[in-house]
Amino acid sequence: MSKSELLQLDIATAGKGLRDGDFTAIELTEAYLDAVEASRELNIFITETPDRAMADAVAADKSIKAGTSSKMTGMPIGMKDLFCTQGIKTTAASNILGEFIPPYESTISARLKAAGTILLGKTNLDEFAMGSSNTTSAFGAAINPWELTEDKKPLTPGGSSGGSAAAVAAGAAIAATGTDTGGSIRQPAAFCGIVGMKPTYGRCSRWGVVAFASSLDQAGPFARTVRDAAIMLETMAGHDPKDSTSAAQATPNFEALIDGGVKGMRVGIPKEYRVEDMPEEIDSIWRRGIEMVTAAGAEVVEVSLPMTMSALPTYYIVAPAEASANLARYDGVRYGARVEGDDLNGMYSATRGQGFGKEVRRRIMIGTYVLSAGYYDAYYKKAQRVRTLISQDFDNAFHSVDALLTPTTPGAAFPIGEKEDDPISMYLNDVFTVPASLAGLPAISVPVGSNENGLPLGLQIIGRPFDEGSVFRLGQALEDAAQFDKRPRLTLEGFK
Amino acid sequence: MSTLIEGREGQWELVIGLETHAQVTSEAKLFSGASASFGAKPNSHVSFLDAGMPGMLPVINQRCVEAAVMTGIALNAEINLVSIFDRKNYFYPDLPLGYQISQFSDPIVGEGWLDIELDEGSTKRVGITRLHLEQDAGKSLHDQDPFRTFIDLNRAGVGLMEIVTEPDIHSADEAAAYVTKLREILRYLGVCDGNMEEGSLRCDINISVRKPGGALGTRTEIKNVNSIRFMREAIAFEARRQVEIIEDGGDIDQETRLFDPDRGETRSMRSKEDSHDYRYFPDPDLPPLVLDTNYIAEIKSRMPELPDAKRSRFVNELGLTEYDANVIAADKSSAAYFEKAAEKAEPKLVANWVMGEVFGRLNKDGLSIVEANVAPEELAALVVMIQDGKISGRQAKEAFEKMWSEGMGALAVIQELGLEQISDDGAIKEMVASVISANPDKVAEFKAGKTQLLGFFVGQVMKASKGKANPKAVNAILQEILGQ
Amino acid sequence: MSLDRETIVRIAKLARIDVEDSEIDGLASELNNILDWVETLNSISTEGVEPMVGVGVSKAPLRMDNTNDGDIAEAVLANAPDPAPPYFTVPKVIE
Ligand SMILES: [Mg+2]
Ligand SMILES: [Zn+2]
Repeated sequence: MSKSELLQLDIATAGKGLRDGDFTAIELTEAYLDAVEASRELNIFITETPDRAMADAVAADKSIKAGTSSKMTGMPIGMKDLFCTQGIKTTAASNILGEFIPPYESTISARLKAAGTILLGKTNLDEFAMGSSNTTSAFGAAINPWELTEDKKPLTPGGSSGGSAAAVAAGAAIAATGTDTGGSIRQPAAFCGIVGMKPTYGRCSRWGVVAFASSLDQAGPFARTVRDAAIMLETMAGHDPKDSTSAAQATPNFEALIDGGVKGMRVGIPKEYRVEDMPEEIDSIWRRGIEMVTAAGAEVVEVSLPMTMSALPTYYIVAPAEASANLARYDGVRYGARVEGDDLNGMYSATRGQGFGKEVRRRIMIGTYVLSAGYYDAYYKKAQRVRTLISQDFDNAFHSVDALLTPTTPGAAFPIGEKEDDPISMYLNDVFTVPASLAGLPAISVPVGSNENGLPLGLQIIGRPFDEGSVFRLGQALEDAAQFDKRPRLTLEGFK
Repeated sequence: MSTLIEGREGQWELVIGLETHAQVTSEAKLFSGASASFGAKPNSHVSFLDAGMPGMLPVINQRCVEAAVMTGIALNAEINLVSIFDRKNYFYPDLPLGYQISQFSDPIVGEGWLDIELDEGSTKRVGITRLHLEQDAGKSLHDQDPFRTFIDLNRAGVGLMEIVTEPDIHSADEAAAYVTKLREILRYLGVCDGNMEEGSLRCDINISVRKPGGALGTRTEIKNVNSIRFMREAIAFEARRQVEIIEDGGDIDQETRLFDPDRGETRSMRSKEDSHDYRYFPDPDLPPLVLDTNYIAEIKSRMPELPDAKRSRFVNELGLTEYDANVIAADKSSAAYFEKAAEKAEPKLVANWVMGEVFGRLNKDGLSIVEANVAPEELAALVVMIQDGKISGRQAKEAFEKMWSEGMGALAVIQELGLEQISDDGAIKEMVASVISANPDKVAEFKAGKTQLLGFFVGQVMKASKGKANPKAVNAILQEILGQ
Repeated sequence: MSLDRETIVRIAKLARIDVEDSEIDGLASELNNILDWVETLNSISTEGVEPMVGVGVSKAPLRMDNTNDGDIAEAVLANAPDPAPPYFTVPKVIE
């Protein structure tokens, strides 16, 4: 099989090929390492790990031969550079971590390693996962492999897990890990025309993942198909006694849950998501999605989530508040880059003032303010109460429906540099993803079509807590109906 | 007792509230599996969490929860079935996460009280506001290098119970009595070793002065006082300082102060100046700590008897004096030693022996009661022999010395020393009979009314027994036989 | 509730983030815009509504009191700037 052909395979088919002996993990890995190199102009990886990848590939071939392989064995993946990887520089896309090399391995990356995956490298992201366009990365923005036309500006892959999404879309990884705090898996998946899944809060361990907002952060997979996302999530998920917020839930065979079909499922369409001045392309892709699931046998009903528009302001209190404390440990004392100052506080302030980028500083300031004496009740406590109401909205809706279908984003990928002057307009990218984050619900983004410029558009399915099965099933129905098989230019041209 | 202090313009009342930090006796830290023990090589008892590494997460140590619940019960306090861990945010090099995980709005233990004994024999009830669990900080070493402060995180994350009183304390004596009593309870429960020098128990003193019955004054907080003596000195100094400032027309700054034991004075801690705004909020890494009533009942059932209960039982059931009961119950191991011995022998007599000979020898040898060379069972055996009249008190002391120095049992010592008295009626009767038959004239005189000869007969019998006959028994038998 | 320069300076100090004098006005206006926006929540009645801290696990799991970590001083210090093994260091603190 040619390298180009190898790069077209998804996890399900590549796994079969490996087990059938059609090709080896080493061959597959070499193809991907070429792709990683060829796609460098997209600034996808902060750290490439080719030596580690080849060692992983050797081990994978061994385990395939020995018959001890898993569904993920031999799969070359990208790892968001927010997961601590033992012996491999981990940056969170921030200068403040300096040359930090974790002496430990995050639970998720350890599980993926144990399952026989091949680590291609650490992917780019918004600094500390704070952003929706990957532009806050200290290493420069990752670039979306989708292009409007030759002469137009490069597009954002979305954020914060932009590098991971771009890697999978560009064929520089068969799948990748992401983390989603307010939409950081789903939005870049939609922008890059791939599948991104944020599982229920508590499904995936947060141990060893650089924290942004602890009550919201969830890891999840990027993949080319719904089935691949299900396969990969199965490896990532599972109870972790080292994470007190990790759910003591058995991990189902997610792949098996895909095939149930959606006949008789009740799918809610939240009317409040039909926001003012919603672009026609979004409205139309949403209508198409509704038709698709209806045609597949689901029953579509309108539901109301009255607090929808309160979710974003709530998020922009809760997340910065938690972040302001989570990022207090970056003080130049025990690891990371230190900037000397006149005295201890001078060192702290210089280290943090210069080590953090603009958006991170902004959010720490907001978070510090909303927690500070005299403002706690007015902002933080208030936001927590509204969060309760948002969560109750979903509870109520799930009395009458099994899942919700919404757009993932209010638009398609936009050029890098746009929306940079106005934080709030950037924040609005997450308007459809944030509510499910606040409620801790599983949600997936599936590519369903493209806009008139040929850019992919995604739809989001939100499920009940721990009902990833229904989310995957509906996702599969959309994928089957949409037959979205467009690939960005680089993948096709680079490896033909 | 007057607790008022004399100023230039009349009397002032001291108002004191104490915050005591008690280090939980546990294997591991409050949220990590690193050892909580003292004295290790710097930064060796440190996990990645304790070092504040990215992505590390806390998991609550059940031992620390249990210690807090036990202490709460002992302080007659309500145990909150749901409590919350909060983040207390401030920057300091010995605080690796940039926040201390503590409990703020919903502590594990709510209101309670503790009765303290004052010198006059009166008791006073001190209100307990709360008890909460929190992490200890690491250690900053300022004197190792001319330009740098060194950081050792071995203590960072060790579990502490912070026990807060109401402002019910009005003198250094009361404060000392409170800490003494609290330490006694913590040690009884085995939840804290109470070692103030090593810092396992340390007090923050909130102190203000006011005109008796007047409105509360502005308070200062004296941090980390680590002995009862220093506490007395700190309170005396600070009270005087505040009275002088107010009498000079000044105002007290609400501030954190440090007690300097070398100078015997308190001074302002400028480093804490700007850390007032702690921005407490619930730690999103830790779901609520939820206890159920069965768990609490189970802990209660495992709790040892507390000093106050022990004291009153010693007085009411075992017949000890208040004084004896206080002395013996002040220490859990002494009480255990006493109780073990008192199971088999007369408690009051045992108490005398414990407080006299046993404590005396321990003192002399510099040992603690668990190291006593005479086991409580052996002490009991010795006391029983005194009770039964088999040996005299003087002989018992002789025996005790040998038991202690040679580690022998009571019976073996008595036999070896030949101390055992002959109390056997048959044997004494035989000796009495032979003395009577050997002295017919004296018997006749006695019967004629010269009863003072009884002493002569006793002496003869004792002589015949080589001093081993029990004089009481000899007396009784002689009277019985001669009286016929 | 509007942020003035003084508040920006106070918050920056609390957060230990150097802010250049020239940045303060810009930051104030940015943060004010964000705060004005989040204050739209004030129009929502939340009386009697419990605050939501997190989702999922409603009861913290408890760990056994075993020593199963630590004794990794080298790894703990491996990334330290300006270490003086076995210590971390900071600029001299005067108490
Ligand atoms: Mg305190
Ligand atoms: Zn404290």
